Amino acid sequence: MRGVLRAAVLGLSLASAAIGCSGGSGGGDSIVVGHVASMTGDTATFGRSADQGMRMAIEEINAKGGVLGKKLDLVTEDDRSVTEEARTAAQKLLQRDRVIALLGEVASSRSLAAGPEAERAKVPMISPGSTNPKVTEGKEYVFRACFIDPFQGAVMARFAAQELHAKRLAILFDFKQDYSVGLAEFFRETVKKDGGEIVADERYTSGDIEFRAQLTTIRAANPDAIFVPGYYTELGLIAKQARELGITVPLLGGDGWDSEKTLEIGGSAVEGYYFSTHYAADSTDPRVQEFVKRFGEKYGGTPDAMAALGYDTARILADALTRAGSTEGPKLRDAIAATQNFEGVTGKITIDEHHNARKDAVVLKIEGGKFRFYRNVSAE
Amino acid sequence: MENLLQQLLNGVTWGSIYALIALGYTMVYGVLRLINFAHGEVYMIGAMSGFYVARALGLGVEPSLLGLIGVLVASMAICGVLGATIERVAYRPLRGAGRLAPLITAIGVSLFLQNAGQLVFGADPKFFPPLLRASEVFRAGHVAITNIQLTVLVTALLLMGALEFIVQRTRFGRAMRAVAYDAPAAALMGVPVDRVISGTFVLGSVLAAAAGILVGLSNPKIDPLMGLMPGLKAFVAAVLGGIGSVPGAMVGGLLLGVIETLVTGYLSSTYRDAIAFVILVVILLYRPTGLFGAPQTEKV
Repeated sequence: MRGVLRAAVLGLSLASAAIGCSGGSGGGDSIVVGHVASMTGDTATFGRSADQGMRMAIEEINAKGGVLGKKLDLVTEDDRSVTEEARTAAQKLLQRDRVIALLGEVASSRSLAAGPEAERAKVPMISPGSTNPKVTEGKEYVFRACFIDPFQGAVMARFAAQELHAKRLAILFDFKQDYSVGLAEFFRETVKKDGGEIVADERYTSGDIEFRAQLTTIRAANPDAIFVPGYYTELGLIAKQARELGITVPLLGGDGWDSEKTLEIGGSAVEGYYFSTHYAADSTDPRVQEFVKRFGEKYGGTPDAMAALGYDTARILADALTRAGSTEGPKLRDAIAATQNFEGVTGKITIDEHHNARKDAVVLKIEGGKFRFYRNVSAE
Repeated sequence: MENLLQQLLNGVTWGSIYALIALGYTMVYGVLRLINFAHGEVYMIGAMSGFYVARALGLGVEPSLLGLIGVLVASMAICGVLGATIERVAYRPLRGAGRLAPLITAIGVSLFLQNAGQLVFGADPKFFPPLLRASEVFRAGHVAITNIQLTVLVTALLLMGALEFIVQRTRFGRAMRAVAYDAPAAALMGVPVDRVISGTFVLGSVLAAAAGILVGLSNPKIDPLMGLMPGLKAFVAAVLGGIGSVPGAMVGGLLLGVIETLVTGYLSSTYRDAIAFVILVVILLYRPTGLFGAPQTEKV
């Protein structure tokens, strides 16, 4: 089925392997870092945004002389938004390019697929945006630059109760994605703990295009708000079909919505909806403003959360490399684990003992075809 | 009760897409005894060509019914040519080569189109332009039908009616039925068998293209692998109705859509894809001729 693509990928890998040899990836004048990313497929904006953020960070670092006297070099491997391919991509980067660290993936299922490869090779991996707790659990070499879903799920559950006064809540989640399953679970828990009620609990599968059956069931349960912790492609279709069925209550989501594609696919159907994410591009923080300005100059457009996280992730790695004074896996791992109060554009980052970043979340509202900062939620 | 009615409505709309695709399977099987596994890809090309035609015409910014009809006709024409080409290039050279060779070729054509689609269109999903602005046209209590659902249903039913007319009332239809009944005898009677087979592929592909456009309208995400699942489901629908039977494919498609929707709405969407294949197994075990297929006696 993927024969032609395989051939193309093989051709490309051979070509880049040749370049890798002549360029001197091992012990040459550059330090090679790998990026496992969804550059194409259903969540393509995640990989592309993160990659843009990382490349921008690396460009800035190299302009200042690089790290350990060498330039950083980023090699990106596309996993086409397919879980199994993330593992293959990680293997390629580790074995073919001999990368000293892996960055990525954004989607939790794919980070879970790539993580064991980093463990086996004893090469540190930092995920910019995987929020499912399992991604770093029991792993020595896997880190993340973002908060985790018990926090994100609670944020949205409390937001629904306090800001929207929603008592009756419905959930529609993607049971093929660890991210979505986990987020739904923590949302459910918090709602119940706080005395709310889950009146409908429906599911779908990544890649589905027809959601009217689930939405009709949800509509019959008459909820005050609907939590859809999925990714943006399905969300856009769900929002449209919900409006068609006459559902007027707001949809709520997590950082999986954070893509310009949400606005492109959903159009007017996503107006007035809320989601939690890592940063707001319209924040007044001068650090964020500076980042947004430079990103716009380099690529055009406004950076989304994955771009900001990608930027922070690459800078965390560079910071750890400098502190470790070495590219050896164990030393680099210890340096990343010791990251304290690192000033990122997505907030102040401290890596905790579970390899997670403790950070605040923001809630954005979709208004006038734009994401707008709505409120800040502290991690405390 | 209202809920059930809404679900039935959702199911019939969804099922009409399956029905349109299933017709192509069943007609080709009728004349050639071949399961054309590339048929799901013709549906994908239908949606894709609709996307590009709409973009070339600058449609989608302002919804327009005329634009929709234009896109529909253009895409049907493109797929008609594609269907005839597939038959000419991939299946005709194997005429009389037994049944296994064309079947494997069909799978090959399917893979070729999937991968060529990824090369040409890119692996990223595309979003079909909104050729209609969603609005309710009818509401009774909580049961609502939108103009999009209505367009899908009416277009599908009109096309099925037109097909029924062609098959039953025209010279070509009579020739098609004759070839399906007994190809060598039809040839002896002067029926141009090759041309009839080619025409059958054109008819089936035109309907698949329409299904592609209708899906783009109601579920606007399209990608090069979108034909895989609906292709298999429509095949199940054709078997359910009785493969080779035109009314069977229509009823099978609608029924499968309704069953899937009810399973999703009242049980869990986890079973949505499984149910189609459970139906396939059950039908093949207990009633291999399907709902409408006449029991066949083995010719010795």
